[in-house]
Amino acid sequence: MNYQIVISGVGGQGVLFVTRLLAQACMDDNKRVLTSETHGMAQRGGTVISHLKVGSFKSPLIRPGNADLLVALKEENYPQHKGFLRSGGKAIVNTASTQVEGADLTPVDADAMASRDENLHSTNLYMLGAALGAVDVCSLERIKEQIVKVFSAKSDTVRAKALLALETGYNHISKEL
Amino acid sequence: MTQINERRLMLGNEALARGLCESGCQMATAYPGTPASEILPAVAALKKSEALDALHVQWAVNEKVAFEIAYAASIAGQRSAVAMKQVGLNVASDPFMSAAYLGVKGGFLVISADDPGPHSSQTEQDSRLYAMSAKIPVLDPDSPEQARDMVDLGFRLSEEFEIPVMIRPTTRVCHARQDIQLNKVVPGTVEANFEKDPGRWAATPKFRFKLHNELEAKLARIASFEATAPVRLNPDTGKPSKAVVVAGVSAAHARDIINELDVSDRVALYQVVQPYPLHTAFMDEILENHSDILVLEETTGIIEMQLARRDKVKGKESGHVPRTGELLPEIMEGIIAGFCGTEPRSSIMEPVPGRRPTLCAGCPHRASFFAIKKAAPKGIYTSDIGCYTLGMNLGAVDTVLCMGAAISQAAGFAHAYTDEKRPPIVATMGDSTFFHAGVPALIDAVVQKAPILLVILDNRTTAMTGNQPTPATGIDVLGEAVTAVNMEKLVEGCGITYCKTADPMDTKGFISLLKEAVAHTREHGPGVVIARSPCLLSMSKDERTAQYQKVAVSEDCDGCGYCVSHFECPALVLDSDNGRVDIDVSLCSGCGVCVQVCPKGSIVPGYVN
Repeated sequence: MNYQIVISGVGGQGVLFVTRLLAQACMDDNKRVLTSETHGMAQRGGTVISHLKVGSFKSPLIRPGNADLLVALKEENYPQHKGFLRSGGKAIVNTASTQVEGADLTPVDADAMASRDENLHSTNLYMLGAALGAVDVCSLERIKEQIVKVFSAKSDTVRAKALLALETGYNHISKEL
Repeated sequence: MTQINERRLMLGNEALARGLCESGCQMATAYPGTPASEILPAVAALKKSEALDALHVQWAVNEKVAFEIAYAASIAGQRSAVAMKQVGLNVASDPFMSAAYLGVKGGFLVISADDPGPHSSQTEQDSRLYAMSAKIPVLDPDSPEQARDMVDLGFRLSEEFEIPVMIRPTTRVCHARQDIQLNKVVPGTVEANFEKDPGRWAATPKFRFKLHNELEAKLARIASFEATAPVRLNPDTGKPSKAVVVAGVSAAHARDIINELDVSDRVALYQVVQPYPLHTAFMDEILENHSDILVLEETTGIIEMQLARRDKVKGKESGHVPRTGELLPEIMEGIIAGFCGTEPRSSIMEPVPGRRPTLCAGCPHRASFFAIKKAAPKGIYTSDIGCYTLGMNLGAVDTVLCMGAAISQAAGFAHAYTDEKRPPIVATMGDSTFFHAGVPALIDAVVQKAPILLVILDNRTTAMTGNQPTPATGIDVLGEAVTAVNMEKLVEGCGITYCKTADPMDTKGFISLLKEAVAHTREHGPGVVIARSPCLLSMSKDERTAQYQKVAVSEDCDGCGYCVSHFECPALVLDSDNGRVDIDVSLCSGCGVCVQVCPKGSIVPGYVN
């Protein structure tokens, strides 16, 4: 099955990091992957967007009206990028508010979860976990393997916190949907 | 060591680097610039992991120097490559044009990455037009995988015709990531052997004319080189009257679009691999076999120009395809659907303004700009290319033209104004940019006694493109120690007699130094202040915590907003509901400069919860 996923946020939040984790995990599942990333000036606190396409694609870009999933690491990214979603596509949005509107939208208060767990640097991984709970693009196990691999040089605590973030996000959304 | 047949997820720029190392390349040089910056570090990483001892990898001080170094390896018989962004080719255009005439020995690739959009560049210029102007063949990859494969193809083309070859990826190739099957790394083994031939390598104008004729003869043969000929992507659909010609990432978009719109039987789809020189036989056949031809390419209509039949060919020149901006797949879908007489399925998204980029919280450039505005109010602030272009957000950047222009433009303003009416003129330029193109301009300012102050924003790195070393860093692309150039001595060597170095994070001290410097330059001609403080992104967490402590806003804050509008730190947030400013602790680096900025003393060092 083909998947088209848009991940967006603000420079410094780890949009590229999350995209690469997900792409590598899908690849380890023997799927073909293609991404498009934002580098350069926008990484200095500007809007950053990644496109991730899993399956038989040639073009690295997702056209508006075609995405299965939008992961917005900041609430402000939702109005900016919701146009990428196809009808029936889902948006996972990092927000404390329950007022954000959109039929396709599932709010996740990743900032609050990260703050509660004293895990502020892992906000993006709470969101990735939530995204995996919403769309069956690859298994949670594959991402966990990736995290263990990527953080192999880091301390046990760092690895544990990253895995905690991922699982918390995943469990949160599995309960919601 | 890598396993053959292993698949690996690779950025387009890493794929280009992989291609170089799979093709026996022996020298790779570059100057960083988005979207090309990651190519050279990836070559350096492969040199280490694959123990490629005969491969020389280096950053050069600018693209012209990078070009000339790699070109010399080529005429000594080795395969070599130089990588840059498209505006870098402007800097390297002098040797680029000349090398076309002289030709090469070992395969020589010029990788010039274009940035349609533009996403992170001053212009949307099309490097393929440069190739056409220089009379150099250019290859246009559609994906990371094809970019990798074009390296070997480019080397073969270059060696077959003894000509430099350009590879022109765009942002969507450089910064796409794809799973690619690896080929074997092939170390280059050619010993350098420069065969003297002054009539060629030092050709005078008389010989240049001869070489120009030879170049034209080469181009005619390259226009029938089998390996780079255009490819029919849907050979089974016969000979429809309509044809779509695509190149670069537009080819990747077109394949998906034509597939999804299910119009493959209505058009012949051709991918041009080598947009210049366009293959002669292809031009003849396509114009013969099709009456209606649509060309989709970025950013200029290079292929379209060569298909010189205005009655048959639609593209940018004819007005059917936008001439500016990125040729996004949704725009292409509309054009292709219209061309094939069907309806597009995707929508065009109205752009919603996003968040503007800003200097990081704790960036020393912000402190410098704040001090410059204090010390030289109502000045003209010329600036340059780098993170510090974002000083615009503080109203401290009035001009940005190109690498190195801050100094020459400052001098130009100084000469244009009369002594009585001349405002203070302060140029800002990063350390890497100063080495790249600032030095000649500074010499000129000295000779002409231009009353300008140059503030070199010396953060010891090339920050915007990902913290590559500068000539003053003392570290090379492999992470090994090299000679560090002494910036103060260089400045003094240019003839500057007033050169002072200070830490911009000491706001009061730095403002008073700048005031003194501005006064000095009015009387005595150009002066230089080196604002030296390391980029936060190149400091380790431990270094930062040792140096910085968090700050807090006291109860006295009356929400005047001075810090937010004049200092523009993303960690300072105006809470208009409660009439005060808050610190976003997740962003605050604790640099403490805002403590000195607040006119009311309401920002204080230390945590207050």
